[in-house]
Amino acid sequence: MSVRAASRPPAPLVAVAGVAALLAAIPLIYVVARTGAAGLDGIAAVWERPRVPMLVRNTTTLGASVAVASLVSGIAVAVALTRVRLPAPRVFAALTALPLAVPSYLAAFGWLATFPTIHGFWPAWLVLTATTTPYVTLPVAASLRQHGAAHAELAYSLGHSRWRVFTAVTWPSIRSAAFAGTLLVFLYVIADFGGVSLFRYPVLSTAIHQAYGASFDRYYAAVLAAMLVLLALVVLWSERRVRSRHHFTVTRTAPGTPASSPAKRLLAMGAISLGPVLAIGVPVFALVVRLLQAQSVRETDLGRLTESAVTTLTVSVAGAVVAVMLAIPVATLAAKYRGRLATLIEGVSSLPLALPGIVVGLGLVYFSLRTVPAIYQNAVLLVVAYGIMFMPKAIGTIRAAMERVPAELENVATTLGYRPLAVWWKVTARLARPAAITAGLLVAVIAMKELPATIMLRPTGTNTLAIDLWTRTEIAEYGAAVPYALALLVIAMVPAIALAPRTPRAAAPTP
Amino acid sequence: MRRMIVGIAGLSVLAAAGCSTAESETTSGTESTDSATAAATADATVSDNAVVLYSGRDEELVGPLVEQFTAETGIEVEVRYGSTGEIAALLTEEGDATPADVFLSQDAGALGALTSQGMSATLPDAITSTVPAGFTSTDDTWVGVTGRARVIAYDSDVLDADAVPTSVDELTDPMWDGKIAFPPGNASFQSFITALRVLEGEEAADAWVEGIAANNPQFTEKNSAALELVNTGAAELALINHYYWYRAAAEVGEENMRAQLAFLPGDAGGIVNVTGAALLQTAADDADAVALIEYLVSEAGQQYFVDATYEYPLVEGVDAPEGLPALDELVNPNLDLSDLESLDATQELLAAYGLI
Repeated sequence: MSVRAASRPPAPLVAVAGVAALLAAIPLIYVVARTGAAGLDGIAAVWERPRVPMLVRNTTTLGASVAVASLVSGIAVAVALTRVRLPAPRVFAALTALPLAVPSYLAAFGWLATFPTIHGFWPAWLVLTATTTPYVTLPVAASLRQHGAAHAELAYSLGHSRWRVFTAVTWPSIRSAAFAGTLLVFLYVIADFGGVSLFRYPVLSTAIHQAYGASFDRYYAAVLAAMLVLLALVVLWSERRVRSRHHFTVTRTAPGTPASSPAKRLLAMGAISLGPVLAIGVPVFALVVRLLQAQSVRETDLGRLTESAVTTLTVSVAGAVVAVMLAIPVATLAAKYRGRLATLIEGVSSLPLALPGIVVGLGLVYFSLRTVPAIYQNAVLLVVAYGIMFMPKAIGTIRAAMERVPAELENVATTLGYRPLAVWWKVTARLARPAAITAGLLVAVIAMKELPATIMLRPTGTNTLAIDLWTRTEIAEYGAAVPYALALLVIAMVPAIALAPRTPRAAAPTP
Repeated sequence: MRRMIVGIAGLSVLAAAGCSTAESETTSGTESTDSATAAATADATVSDNAVVLYSGRDEELVGPLVEQFTAETGIEVEVRYGSTGEIAALLTEEGDATPADVFLSQDAGALGALTSQGMSATLPDAITSTVPAGFTSTDDTWVGVTGRARVIAYDSDVLDADAVPTSVDELTDPMWDGKIAFPPGNASFQSFITALRVLEGEEAADAWVEGIAANNPQFTEKNSAALELVNTGAAELALINHYYWYRAAAEVGEENMRAQLAFLPGDAGGIVNVTGAALLQTAADDADAVALIEYLVSEAGQQYFVDATYEYPLVEGVDAPEGLPALDELVNPNLDLSDLESLDATQELLAAYGLI
């Protein structure tokens, strides 16, 4: 392993990573301050509301069940993609990443356009599972590609059963990646608002929105947000405990996919297509049908559509750049050094994963007005918000790549007389660059779909496609929503497809 | 290469953002520093031909009206859209630093709350006198713009018009078990509950909420979603505002509406609530902001709301949309809009029975 456990991290690195961690802590500080203002009595009063235990139960149930479903389907899809010889493998690889481009509210809205009466747990579970499966598929497929099928083939040839081979050979090599992806799924689901809200499944995040929306009782909202954060922290912490520090590693890539029977190929193609059909196929088809059926649809203002598309693209790409820049020092620290400080900084930097967008939004409104009012309601603040919210998603990917950089290379550079920063720049950063780009793409596609924080922080008069789409779903104008939905999908598909596992060397998000 | 393009895009955003800061600084230079007793007057003379409007009503609706205003007055309006709740939360968080000059709200509750935080300025007589008492604030801190009636939307495939309850009191009957839909978190619904408390007393309201909770209602986030449930046969009754029906009918055609409306004159479930506008304390002497509010209660502004939203105009001389019962028939003489401000108690009641 390339961890220099003995050496202390250089002060400048700690300082830069510390700044990133501080930024990440802003929304949490806001929640704590607001919850604190409610006082113990206020917190107790919230807990005594009969609906609150139900909200917590629903949130946990949905989060856990979607996480488990995504874990299973993600591994199945990844195995189908990497261990079965498929026709047009690139198309299928792209398909596995495609659901990333779909916001949960878009998928839910499309399903509701066809089946207006479905609601509650199961539709929410289905739509969220279909849209979050890539979080597991991508890192697992990358792991599988990296390790190749040789070991499994060897085990088969020795007469072991499929299940035995999976548990003894395959699983140890993908476990770390699978858990990391599953963790992201869980955190995404418990903070998701749009999809669950349209299916009328009451969870903490919808209650937080409702509390902000219907009253000025920000304490109630803040206490609920604190509960959500607590839940996320418990899960984050548990995942850290479970995640093995000693990866099952194979240094050489073993290429080549064994020939597959037609039945196996059909099964694999079905497994890969199911998610995209549920997440994109059905909703888009349904919305287009509604558009054709509508008697009168508000005309789409093409200029407006273009403007929103350009804004969406610009702020999400800029947000991705900021997220990656914030993530790099934290990832370097976490990958190369051990110790309390490194652990603390990485831990704090992961916190935004657990916060719903509306809380991040309000927290940044609060802080920017009190510290740098000049950037308030300015695209800069929105970009910074994306950077903060999505930095944790970038950290994992970049850290994993940096951990893979052999310490020997760095040592050689050091003995050649390079200073630490030069070593980092010429060796570590260079080798981790594909991962940084991958992380940036992932952040960009997630930022494009972001809604609640964007509503709070965007410059007045500026719209993103997500906002335009959401406005139309709110007033149930199915027909009028179609052009915005399609535009958002098309734009988000570009980075999503770029994230698809392509070659055995391709970096994929391993958060 | 790819990385470089990304970097350039990022830089250009920062640059563009820098420019817009400079612009917004010039427009917000009109803030009043003396906010304690600042009151807008007809001779508010500060004018820079620009207003920042925070709209709790959506863009499809307000956008054209704002364009009309700009065309007539030459005053540019920068509008920030959101739900009334989001905007109210934002205003509370911004406090005196708010860039907003005018707040257009979906309901009276949010306007009252703004006043109680000392964030709204007193409006000039020229504006407040246009709207009859009962549809506007009692202390001139906001003005009513349009009226909306609470109604019951019913499934006309299942129910005849005369089988529809004429009072919400009937809804706690077990015969409606599982058949009613409403958005418990919605401000208009909560105003109705407040009206119930005011008109029928706390005990009766408590019993009603307990009864409706026991009747397994279907909760939605929005009025429109509740209406959609009736329209698709998933619910038989929905408690909503009247104009949602008209807006849905405009997209699919009136004859295709499975849901029909029942008005409830005299009942707590059929009250008339208002949308309204307030002038922010920080814009108390901004003549452009005052002009915008003036326009909302002008004949042109009121006519726009009638045509575009099927809401009730509040200014004399503008006729209500066709097919609606007269506003006078629906108004409850025993209810004052300022009575609807006790939102906290309503939310406690709803929370106690697990509705929110």
